[in-house]
Amino acid sequence: MVKTGLARHRSSNPRPLWERVVAKRPLSHKGRGKYLLQIASLLALLCVAHPAAAAEAPPGASACSGCHAMDAAVATPVPRLVGRKPAEIIAALAAFKSGQRPATVMDRIAKGFSDSEIRAIAEWYGAMEAP
Amino acid sequence: MTETTGHPNRRDILKQIAIGTAATILPLPALAQAGNARVVVIGGGFAGATCARALKRLSPKLTVTLVETNPTFVACPFSNMVIVGLRPLTMQQFGYESLGRGGVEIRISPAASVNPETHVVTLADGSRLSYDRLVVAPGVDLRWDGLPGYTEDAAQIMPHAWKAGEQTTLLAKQLNAMPDGGLVVISAPANPFRCPPGPYERASLIAGYLKKNKPKSKLIILDAKDAFSKQKLFENAWKELYPGLIEWVPLSGGGKVTSVDPAGMTLVTEFSSYKAAVANVIPPQRAGLIAQIAGVSDRTGWCPIDPVTFESLLQPHIHVIGDAAIAGAMPKSAFAANAQAKVCAQAIVTLLAGDQPMPPKLINTCYSLVAPDYGITVAGVYHPVGGQLVDVADAGGISPLDASRLFREQEAKYADGWFKTITADVFG
Repeated sequence: MVKTGLARHRSSNPRPLWERVVAKRPLSHKGRGKYLLQIASLLALLCVAHPAAAAEAPPGASACSGCHAMDAAVATPVPRLVGRKPAEIIAALAAFKSGQRPATVMDRIAKGFSDSEIRAIAEWYGAMEAP
Repeated sequence: MTETTGHPNRRDILKQIAIGTAATILPLPALAQAGNARVVVIGGGFAGATCARALKRLSPKLTVTLVETNPTFVACPFSNMVIVGLRPLTMQQFGYESLGRGGVEIRISPAASVNPETHVVTLADGSRLSYDRLVVAPGVDLRWDGLPGYTEDAAQIMPHAWKAGEQTTLLAKQLNAMPDGGLVVISAPANPFRCPPGPYERASLIAGYLKKNKPKSKLIILDAKDAFSKQKLFENAWKELYPGLIEWVPLSGGGKVTSVDPAGMTLVTEFSSYKAAVANVIPPQRAGLIAQIAGVSDRTGWCPIDPVTFESLLQPHIHVIGDAAIAGAMPKSAFAANAQAKVCAQAIVTLLAGDQPMPPKLINTCYSLVAPDYGITVAGVYHPVGGQLVDVADAGGISPLDASRLFREQEAKYADGWFKTITADVFG
């Protein structure tokens, strides 16, 4: 359970949740009290089953499946992203973005994502099991 | 607490941690509720059905109920191909069986009312559904008060075919029965409306049908606006494929239809009137009626939303997605509805868990067919800025104007792939 919770928060933000919670708090005596209390409440949170069983999709990722089928049975010329090596997705999107790789629409879409957003999306799809 | 400082000391805090950890063995009321919460989704189109399915997949413990009027969904994208006889209507039809098998409770009955205070939806069959979160995805309603003379009866003579189904078939039959040399008139509404490039795709495909089957005929688009989606691409293709066949009359050229007379098959503009052999009147639209009943639509007829969660700005705990929502730069398209639905589902699951959803990023791609083997697109990437969904700068845009026919053919193939993919994503 703890693992699920942590994994979810890591994937959605590069900084761990505990760091986001406490980062801006001064570590005075007074502050440290709140700090430890927050850790306590955080521990409580992480020990409870999170309703989201799957890792949360990073920004933009869920929209890809409008064109890139999740289901292998769909007859489409558009390649699937599920289970593909993240490095391949990252390289393809970089080439679309720079215009090196010819595209119909992916050049226009790739330009809307930063390198770190692309990496997160690629890793999210890569981590899925290809059925 | 120590009396000297008034602040917690280390021992107290460790005790708190111990209590906190012990408490996790027992269910915490708020979080237990998140797992067993009830979400009701009104509307089983691209937005609502996607959202219901995504909610159940993200959080299997949720009780998700999809409320829909019709047992069979008829998809609008590609229905212009049905109008010109190049595709059977059955290819547009989808059922809710898969969603049901995935654990979504399907209720085929119109939603009659929503009480935002008590969190209860009442269906036309009298049953009541309570919710922790409600998703309103009713699509559009045609404004029967929006164009003088255009009533529901008039639509049996001058079809809108802007909701796929019987209306699509009716327009197809009329075109088929029209004698060669007849005038086809399409009346296009002002923005915003469902599927901005739709009227022009329809004009293109009808022109292709006329060229082949009724070459003495002509098509006029009477438009209530001066510009339209993918305009240059459409106009170039019309010159190339259908020279002299399509006339577009913009608002500034007197194109706005001010009234219609179905008995005389006449469309009246400010300066002129047009007698049509086939009249396709696409009237002004607004969010589906239940949005108004739920109090989530504003004076424009559409629903203002928070662009991170798609929660209504007018009623807490009610989310609005798809064509009914005011989604800033995002058009009212099936792709956008599907993308919004997945973001909304994630946001609801996150909110039910007591967390704050992250700002999303969304995509839209709209394919249009100028001919069955000639596709064009407009695409966009969107993010929330200042409470609005805006275009990500330098991304998106239309297909290149100077592309080869091979490129257009490819886009037509991808259009077909898109339809198969998205309908499998939602209903498969």
